[in-house]
Amino acid sequence: MTIRQNILRTSKVKVAEFHKRIKEAFEVFDHESNNTVDVREIGTIVRSLGCCPSEGELHDLLAEVEEEEPTGYIRYEKFLPVMTKVLLEGRYRPIPDDVLLQAFETLDSAKRGFLTKEELIKYMTEEGEPFSQEEMEEMLSAAVDPESNLIHYKDYITTMVIDEN
Amino acid sequence: MGCGNSALNSKKSEKALKAALVIQNWYRGYRARLRARLQYALAIFESVEYADEQSQMQLSDFFSFMLENYTQIRKDDPDLSNQLLENTKDRQEYIGLIEVPDSYDGPRLQFPLSFTDIVLLVEAFKNQKILHAYYVLEVLFQTKKFLKQRPNFTHVKTSSSKGLTICGDLHGKLDDLFLIFYKNGLPSENNPYLFNGDFVDRGRNSMEVLMILFVSFLVYPKDIHLNRGNHEDFMMNMRYGFTKEILNKYKIYGKKILQTLEEVYPWIPIGAIIDNEILVIHGGISESTDLNLLHRIERSKMKSVLLPPMTGYSTEPEKKKTGAIIMSGIITSKDSSSEQLPKHEWEQIVDILWSDPRGTKGCFPNTGRGGGCYFGPDITTTMLNKYHLKKIIRSHECRPEGYEICHDGKVITVFSASNYYEEGSNRGAYIRLGFGMAPEFFQYQVTNSTCLQPLHQRVSVMESSAIRILKERIISRKTDLTHAFQVRDHVKSGKISVTQWAFSMESILGLNLPWRTLSLHLVNVDKDGYVDYMSSFQDMRIEKPVKEAESAIIETLYRYRTDLQMIFNIIDSDRSGLISMEEFRNMWKLFSSHYNVQIRDSQIDELASTMDLNKDGSIDFNEFLKAFYVVHKYEKSNKSNT
Repeated sequence: MTIRQNILRTSKVKVAEFHKRIKEAFEVFDHESNNTVDVREIGTIVRSLGCCPSEGELHDLLAEVEEEEPTGYIRYEKFLPVMTKVLLEGRYRPIPDDVLLQAFETLDSAKRGFLTKEELIKYMTEEGEPFSQEEMEEMLSAAVDPESNLIHYKDYITTMVIDEN
Repeated sequence: MGCGNSALNSKKSEKALKAALVIQNWYRGYRARLRARLQYALAIFESVEYADEQSQMQLSDFFSFMLENYTQIRKDDPDLSNQLLENTKDRQEYIGLIEVPDSYDGPRLQFPLSFTDIVLLVEAFKNQKILHAYYVLEVLFQTKKFLKQRPNFTHVKTSSSKGLTICGDLHGKLDDLFLIFYKNGLPSENNPYLFNGDFVDRGRNSMEVLMILFVSFLVYPKDIHLNRGNHEDFMMNMRYGFTKEILNKYKIYGKKILQTLEEVYPWIPIGAIIDNEILVIHGGISESTDLNLLHRIERSKMKSVLLPPMTGYSTEPEKKKTGAIIMSGIITSKDSSSEQLPKHEWEQIVDILWSDPRGTKGCFPNTGRGGGCYFGPDITTTMLNKYHLKKIIRSHECRPEGYEICHDGKVITVFSASNYYEEGSNRGAYIRLGFGMAPEFFQYQVTNSTCLQPLHQRVSVMESSAIRILKERIISRKTDLTHAFQVRDHVKSGKISVTQWAFSMESILGLNLPWRTLSLHLVNVDKDGYVDYMSSFQDMRIEKPVKEAESAIIETLYRYRTDLQMIFNIIDSDRSGLISMEEFRNMWKLFSSHYNVQIRDSQIDELASTMDLNKDGSIDFNEFLKAFYVVHKYEKSNKSNT
């Protein structure tokens, strides 16, 4: 077997593996079992496959998979090739913990080791790609220390990572 | 200076913007992964629930099968012949002799009922009081009397001053009903309600929910409307909890209540039509749904989905007929087979009570539930056009947001039991309709805590409970699964690929689930993606009451324990809790041959004699079945974590 054939074969296996993962992630959101999902679920599906696109990038991705005349639903046949490509190319890599910590430190300009609840709300709902009210409330429910009303971001990141595993 | 400052500021704010983006991006990823896990947990709950219903529907075949084989067992039972001769129960005979003792501290209803009684009942139930059997029976008798005067479909008109609130499945969840009343007001002539079926089963307070609804209906018969659901069915109650609830709450009069209730259900209207525009039914429609025929059907003959009309009378008429009478004697103790609906009429009602809408065009058998059908948008459109209607409002399916709109806005699902599968699994909702206005949706969720639980906590509660249910399914099929794994393990390494494992799980358990993703929670997977398949059964075992029994028979018993319990309840019509050895042997033989379960007669005999603990020739079958449960090894430590 030549090296080229070998690479080809490995990538074939990889593609098959990706296809299975994408199918499963898609299917749990396909509530009507007709190979479509609500367009609003696409972000969750893409992100649940380990990708971390920004809202802007997600928007571009959506444009690729949407029908010419948007129906509010995304078809599996359209989604599969686009998503396979995303996974093969390793696009939208997850954010490493140290980069995340740096981001919090940047917002904590006085270097106190915490952000106040108000500061976090301000940054998250006014800067960047603002959170919806629901997203904000959910983040706060786990981030804010109820006694001091502060976000000790280092501890927060640690617990979040542990919770997920 | 000012210029430099603003440059600095803009640099600073650019940094802040980037930082905010990183955090938002990360959080959205985190949230999405949790939401997907939530979805996986819901998929487990839902597919296990429907698989259960499906196996229950298979029982209806079993009943027909029993009819043909069971005749000789009960033929000479004098009790039974007495029951057959008994006429319609006299109300007086039932409740005339019941006295409410002075020591009773529950609510005391005053007949004729008034608004005060609704308030009284709600307050008493909030304080965990139990309504005395005397009142329960009186309410049931009166409800039956009132319902009998109702047509199959209730026609409701709304006006600008008087709307209508529609609630979906409540399933004995009293807190949800209280929350609806708190938000939307108690039922009254100015605050009409339509309860769209499935009042009972599953929840702990089916009796209380039912009493509040029936009393409200009796006080305001013109403004409170009831639709029958698939759980307003006495056979369903045997399996899904209401029968048990009644027998626990009413030790002396439970049996009387059950018998009366059985006669109330078939009189509940099967649907409602609002302003000649909206059809409200519990489940849905099928391509053959004929509203004109449904208006004429003698609905009271539809006793249970598990008792389909007998077919094949032409062959061996004598035997079948005797069978039917004896069987119905066991079950309803008085209705004869001549009281049955023609099969096509019976099916019309089953479709209305059991069907679910789907996005795919056409009409297919409801393979998930085993009863009713899946109907597509084209079926909806055709039916609505044919009868000049605009919308269907239905319930029957738990929806994460409590309601869902599909079929291009023509079908609305409303489900009113929040936290149906598990704390945090779903919201409940109700609909308010006003004359000429678009339906308004109201959502809620019953919760014990005052503040929002962090997402990961909600997810892990749901996830561990879903995985637990799934593991119980897995252990109950251990023998079959092990065989399926070994067939694929050609080199006897104890390992197979994730794909092969997923395929085996799906084919043996019959659950369409994201097995690859779930494999992380269920088995040990090595770094090359191979599954140590025997680890599928780690950390649990079935506790067996009979030590000597083989594991295959134990698994079968465990797997069919709810079915068996239900059949036992039917056979044990005097509710003594005991059946004879002979009955047990016959029942089990029928059951195993019907389900193609490979168990030798000698094993059954052995089991039967071991079960007769005090050697008096009778078996306490409920106790026996209760002794089966799955032991989860790490149960305690898991619980303290969550």
